[in-house]
Amino acid sequence: MKNLSQVVFALLLALVATIWIGCGDDMTGGEDTPNDQFDRGTMLAHWADGFIIPGYRSYLESIDSLQEKADRFVLNPSLSRLNDLRNNYRFSYNAWQEVSMFEIGKAEELLLRNNTNIYPTNTVEILDNISSGSYNLALPSTNDQQGFPAIEYLIYGLADTDQQIVDQFINDPNYNTYLTDLTSRMTSLAREVYNDWTNGYRETFINDDGSSASSSVNRMVNDYLFYYERFFRSGKIGIPAGYFSGSPLSNLVEARYTQPLPINKSLYTNAYTSVKNFFKGESKYIGNGPSLESYLDYIKDLTDGADISEAISSAMINVETVSSDLDNDLAKQVLVDNNKMLATYDALQIITVLLKVDMLSALNISVDYVDADGD
Amino acid sequence: MTIHSYLNTNTKAASLAAFRILFGALMLVSLIRFAVLGWIEKLYIAPEFFFKYTGFSWVQPIGNWTYLIFIFCGLSSIGIVLGYKYRVSIVAFFLSFTYIELMDKTTYLNHYYFISVMAFLMIWLPMHHYYSIDAYQRKELRAQYVPRWTVDAIKLLLGIVYFYAGLAKINYDWLINALPLKIWLPGSYDLPLIGGWLEQSWVAYAFSWGGMIYDLTIPFLLLWKPSRKLAFILVVIFHLFTRALFPIGMFPYIMIICTIIFFDAKVHERIIDFIARLIKISRTIFDNNLVITSKNSNQNFVKGIVLVFFLFQLLIPFRHMLYPDNLYWTEEGYRFSWRVMLMEKAGTASFKIVDGATGKRFYVDNRDFLTSFQEKQMATQPDMILEYAHYLRDHFANQGHQNIEIYVESYVALNGALSKPFIDPAVDLTKEYDTWKHKGWILEY
Repeated sequence: MKNLSQVVFALLLALVATIWIGCGDDMTGGEDTPNDQFDRGTMLAHWADGFIIPGYRSYLESIDSLQEKADRFVLNPSLSRLNDLRNNYRFSYNAWQEVSMFEIGKAEELLLRNNTNIYPTNTVEILDNISSGSYNLALPSTNDQQGFPAIEYLIYGLADTDQQIVDQFINDPNYNTYLTDLTSRMTSLAREVYNDWTNGYRETFINDDGSSASSSVNRMVNDYLFYYERFFRSGKIGIPAGYFSGSPLSNLVEARYTQPLPINKSLYTNAYTSVKNFFKGESKYIGNGPSLESYLDYIKDLTDGADISEAISSAMINVETVSSDLDNDLAKQVLVDNNKMLATYDALQIITVLLKVDMLSALNISVDYVDADGD
Repeated sequence: MTIHSYLNTNTKAASLAAFRILFGALMLVSLIRFAVLGWIEKLYIAPEFFFKYTGFSWVQPIGNWTYLIFIFCGLSSIGIVLGYKYRVSIVAFFLSFTYIELMDKTTYLNHYYFISVMAFLMIWLPMHHYYSIDAYQRKELRAQYVPRWTVDAIKLLLGIVYFYAGLAKINYDWLINALPLKIWLPGSYDLPLIGGWLEQSWVAYAFSWGGMIYDLTIPFLLLWKPSRKLAFILVVIFHLFTRALFPIGMFPYIMIICTIIFFDAKVHERIIDFIARLIKISRTIFDNNLVITSKNSNQNFVKGIVLVFFLFQLLIPFRHMLYPDNLYWTEEGYRFSWRVMLMEKAGTASFKIVDGATGKRFYVDNRDFLTSFQEKQMATQPDMILEYAHYLRDHFANQGHQNIEIYVESYVALNGALSKPFIDPAVDLTKEYDTWKHKGWILEY
């Protein structure tokens, strides 16, 4: 009798100890899993090789060339060189839309997005920086004095006519310095991120294919959602449409100075396409591969659950229909007929719900890595 | 056996002493773990708004002083372990622990409620007459025997927790669709050894039915001597499984340790002997062959309290029957009912602030007011949605907004079904109040 309860007590202690040790937050391993499972590692590899790395490569190439154009322009400012610079800026800004959502790893560490595309840009501070010649773009407080919006202000917004803009650069060399400081900071940050991916981070990213809250899939999906809600849905559409303020704020559109050929609609469209392609795993570089969509389909079959990817696909078609009506200049759209902006926001919001509620729930991904006990 | 003779049956006081020591120690470990994980700061200091229980809105975190509440609670659990000024310690523990739980509804967990309830019961039980500092110091307190019902009361509470958790599992989604386990189990596909099985549908069914049968039968298997050892092994395996599969913190360990109360007093004496060897204080001085004594009027008062307590515990979980519609959808009568890990529910809610006079409107960014954890919990629970709406009304009224109307656009996905509108978006929430009546502004499931 005595022995038996001691055995039970010892068994209890041993089991508690085993599970306590075995249940760290990072549960990896599981080598004897059957082959018919969805392979998160392959999906991560497709994300890295089909979207993130080639996306950063083409973004980096485009801003390397932007830096060249800027260097050439300041060497001898002219209308034609300004034009070259502007064309490249437009191209680069579009390339940025493809990678803005991948704020993970080095990009997260460097806060690449905050250093690249915070708008509205702070024109007062920019002019102050230029005239004083003293500024430190590495400070977080200067996020709204650099990146694309700051460059845009310098090459589009400084004066009413193009010639006046060129003259500014001719007359005051401080403008030249500021412009090239901006472009060289952008290229060096982007290069750091790209090099990190190609020098080992790709493998770290792919190998962290577990199910813990800090695994690559969970973090990437959270980052993707954060981007979608905050920078895409709200930043590009909701905020200028006055969704959070009550009155339309046309001056808060992205790329507000780029005239007479506005690009903010195309930036929106490009960002939308990137969001969509990522969800569907359709890479323009290496073709189709495993994705959130196919993962959802796999889980649907496993659990006899609802067809979430179908719901998302039709919500996307709806977005495309609604936003095809938008003017090429979203600022003008806000002023002329803001209802179309609000309708676009509503259409985007349907996808938010499906991604944030249905997809996260189906894929067992917790929002913002909330770690608290459940019951 | 008549009720009268049952109430006059005695058992070893060592059972209560062992339970007191183990319970207190686990509470101390739980509180330390909570602090070490940084959750005091994260859950009770960082947020600027806290969700309240009806009638307890005065229970507030007190900034950095909140740490003192936890220290106080930790000290009182040490008092419980030692049996030092036991009544004061257990009352202090009950009050401080319950205060912590009342500070923010967001963190409600059945297992926290269980601890409050168990601590309340322990206030009335003679837990400190054996192997305690109190009884060590005051000879007249020492007793080797206590009324049997005092030990059975603990077993009854544990039995209620299990049995009601089992009853709650008898529902269509759990048994026929194996939901939500079918959704949750694949999430642990990378567990060692068993991970590969968790995507199999039959495993989800086996776990669902097994869990239901386990919860309903385990109190009886523990009570019946021939099956007790097997039952305890099942308790250990069951709870360690849940620990491995779900993020449920200390709960499995607390339940495993608490069920030791079902064993014979001999086992409890052996646990005390084990501790006695460690601290070199023998329990023999407490073995005085006496039964605890107290005035009859006191005894009857305590029995009355415990009786009312159990009636309350037996009835409260059924209050959901007074409400229409799907319990999981409305969550009216969901809490305090041992509904553990029963549903996969997720949602989102965006609040629209309208000036009723001008029609001017804007939406709220919830992140300005709530932590992501609070936002997540709020979005699926109607009473929290309403409370937050009222908070927003006060906030914007203070900013000088007028004629404020608040509407919510919310979607909730339940057990793998596609998300659906949750709250009636046409209802101005500033005009609604949280009562015990059915909330008509929750859309039908």
